[in-house]
Amino acid sequence: MKSTESTSTALKSDQTAKPGVTESTAPETMPVQAALTHNGADILIKTLADLGVDTIFGYPGGAVLPVYDTLFDNHDLNHVLIRHEQAGTHAADGYARATGKPGVVLATSGPGGTNTVTGIATAMMDSIPLVVFTGQVPTGVIGNDAFQEADIVGITRPITKQNYLVRDVNELEHVIREAFHIATNGRPGPVLVDLPKDMLNTKGRFSGMKKVDIPSFKPTVNGHHPQIAKAAEMLSNAKKPLIYVGGGAILGEAWEEVTAFAERMNIPVTTTLMGLGAFPESKPQSLGMLGMHGTWYANMAMTECDVLIAVGARFDDRVTGRLDGFSQNSRKIHIDIDPSCIGKNVPVEVPIVGDVKRVIPAIDKLATPPEISEWWDTIHTWQKEHPLVVPEADDKIYPQHMVKMISEVTEGNAIVVTDVGQHQMWAAQHYNYNHPRSWISSGGLGTMGYGFPAAMGAALACPDRDVVCITGDGGFQMSSYELATAVEYKIPVKIALMNNNCLGMVRQWQQLFYNNRTSYSVFGSNNPDFVKMAECYGAVGMRATNPAEMREVLTEAMKIKDGPVLMDFRVVETENCYPMVPSGAALNEMVESDEECK
Amino acid sequence: MSTTTITKDSRHTLSVLVKHNLNTFSRIIGIFSGKGFELESVTFASEAERGMARITITTYGNEETVEQINKHLHNVIDVLKVTDLTHKKCIERELAIVKVSTAKVGRPEIMLIAQAFKAKVIDITADKLALEVTGNTDKVDAMIEVLKPYGITEMSRTGSVALKREFQGAVNIN
Ligand SMILES: Cc1ncc(C[n+]2csc(CCOP(=O)(O)OP(=O)(O)O)c2C)c(N)n1
Ligand SMILES: [Mg+2]
Repeated sequence: MKSTESTSTALKSDQTAKPGVTESTAPETMPVQAALTHNGADILIKTLADLGVDTIFGYPGGAVLPVYDTLFDNHDLNHVLIRHEQAGTHAADGYARATGKPGVVLATSGPGGTNTVTGIATAMMDSIPLVVFTGQVPTGVIGNDAFQEADIVGITRPITKQNYLVRDVNELEHVIREAFHIATNGRPGPVLVDLPKDMLNTKGRFSGMKKVDIPSFKPTVNGHHPQIAKAAEMLSNAKKPLIYVGGGAILGEAWEEVTAFAERMNIPVTTTLMGLGAFPESKPQSLGMLGMHGTWYANMAMTECDVLIAVGARFDDRVTGRLDGFSQNSRKIHIDIDPSCIGKNVPVEVPIVGDVKRVIPAIDKLATPPEISEWWDTIHTWQKEHPLVVPEADDKIYPQHMVKMISEVTEGNAIVVTDVGQHQMWAAQHYNYNHPRSWISSGGLGTMGYGFPAAMGAALACPDRDVVCITGDGGFQMSSYELATAVEYKIPVKIALMNNNCLGMVRQWQQLFYNNRTSYSVFGSNNPDFVKMAECYGAVGMRATNPAEMREVLTEAMKIKDGPVLMDFRVVETENCYPMVPSGAALNEMVESDEECK
Repeated sequence: MSTTTITKDSRHTLSVLVKHNLNTFSRIIGIFSGKGFELESVTFASEAERGMARITITTYGNEETVEQINKHLHNVIDVLKVTDLTHKKCIERELAIVKVSTAKVGRPEIMLIAQAFKAKVIDITADKLALEVTGNTDKVDAMIEVLKPYGITEMSRTGSVALKREFQGAVNIN
């Protein structure tokens, strides 16, 4: 089937060049001919299919018309016509986070490329494997300010792991294979490949050679043994140890290793925002998330511990709080595949460069469970005295209850995708995360508008899972146009809009740090009617203003499998997110309520 | 550039072997501009081996900062090797062309100084001499310091190029 298809493509593209070729002679000449019957666009699509790419998120334009012509009758991969290239990049990113496979984007030159920039930067900050293809003006006019020309390689240099301008069609296949290799190996990240239009139209060779060898790119995966032994020794003798797990444990697919290790050693575990799901929150060792909106006890444990092991985490400022007050008395072990992450913000005694999936079992083999019952007593006391609090239930919807109800209705089994703001932090705090790759959120860049398209990507990648997008009234409006895509492709994303009629997180900071001067952060009645908005795209829209309605709406929404549903949850508008480590404060200087801030 | 005083201990010379392409060169410079590291000089030249180039960077900072720079350089995909020549015995050279005024003291005195530094006179006009000096950065700095009082009217320096010495024992043939 496949070979006949490619024969016919070969014939088709050959017709202009050699009108005399008849169908009967074609198969014989194939082996010789095959080499030069593909243009750059064909080679691109062939290579993607060969690499196992099943979905690409794209938007056409002049410079990539050759690729769209190839896609016209190619059914090896699924092209999703998103409505904006930024959303396409986020969708590819959501696809990647849900599966671990690289997300693929196709955009035209100039504005198409520049529209992908925010999505690429988002992926870069969270180490997400993406391969972004952009069209470029023909090689002969590059640099001439040609129509729709932008130096996208220059623009994206600091926000890509690597990028390429492919001038020679015979290098295209190799560059694409290299791009995928780099995006997915070592510390993952986005790679951009810029494709001049004339190159896409030029005939070239497709070899099918799968091997990629880049001598200058050989990430260290096995940790240094003496360091591993030292780490094991420190943990075995610790009195107050703590495991601090970041997104690297998800990216490195090390959740089973981390869980086995923490359980056997019976050491408390806290995860970062990016690490949620790497260690099940239902386990007794889990202290939940730490950091600016982390749990009281996780932040206290971080402050008081004597041996800290960081597993694929990067001591981000949202995690450490003020550096001179951060975990002052601990000896620190840091495992990361990227050496430049180690010792960047916080000095570390035992750096281990390597893949967490290999290093953790190696430590596990050498370590013995430490005697830490006193430490556990202290932690249990903190947990009792400072639990995550939620408002008392009444007839209104409190944002925290909204997340808790979603957790309950989906039995903690959904993929939760968020936007950025208060709702994101509540979603991180109150959903019960027990599975990896089930929490998708823009952590490093904090990109509003990310949630809904990323949820579409995740839903396309995992058709068997429920995907709930917990989003804000502000952030949703940054990519609400993607409702059109979700309806067209019947993508069953459950949009749970936490509608507080304001840019809640901005308002919270203004209340706390700017003397309650809520400058340009409150929409009030200026928000659109989100239910009507959904309906005008042909999606289902529902509204709830009290807990009983919320349960009904959620239950109803979960039944919809053939398209998106938008749930406009009218939550209490004045609620703020706690605990909070105010910016500039140390991790143990948390505030737990509005009253405390006064 | 920054006015931070460059001390001998904080200056590092890094030799970076890369695949020859300008995108890589820009990535390397981008590390310094984007992450706020200091950059004193940089040279870029094709290597004998086809498709390679060597970038010699002079930067300064404490040990931790230079270690971070090192790691970031390593992270650039097309970087094959980074060698910090600072604590190694290395051969380092820099070339400078200095135009100095002869108005105050006349040519002979300036030429004596040039001789002391083994600098060549490469241009003579009525009131100026152009000198070419080669040597390690210290030597070039020293000559410039000595000439300053006479009035340096223009100057161009290449920045360092450096290689590790094969023989790492004690030697001094600067
Ligand atoms: C693209 C972008 N612009 C601005 C911000 C700054 N910002 C962070 S949170 C926030 C408010 C988000 O409001 P909303 O989406 O309604 O969520 P809420 O905080 O109300 O839950 C803003 C403006 C951002 N993170 N991203
Ligand atoms: Mg809001």
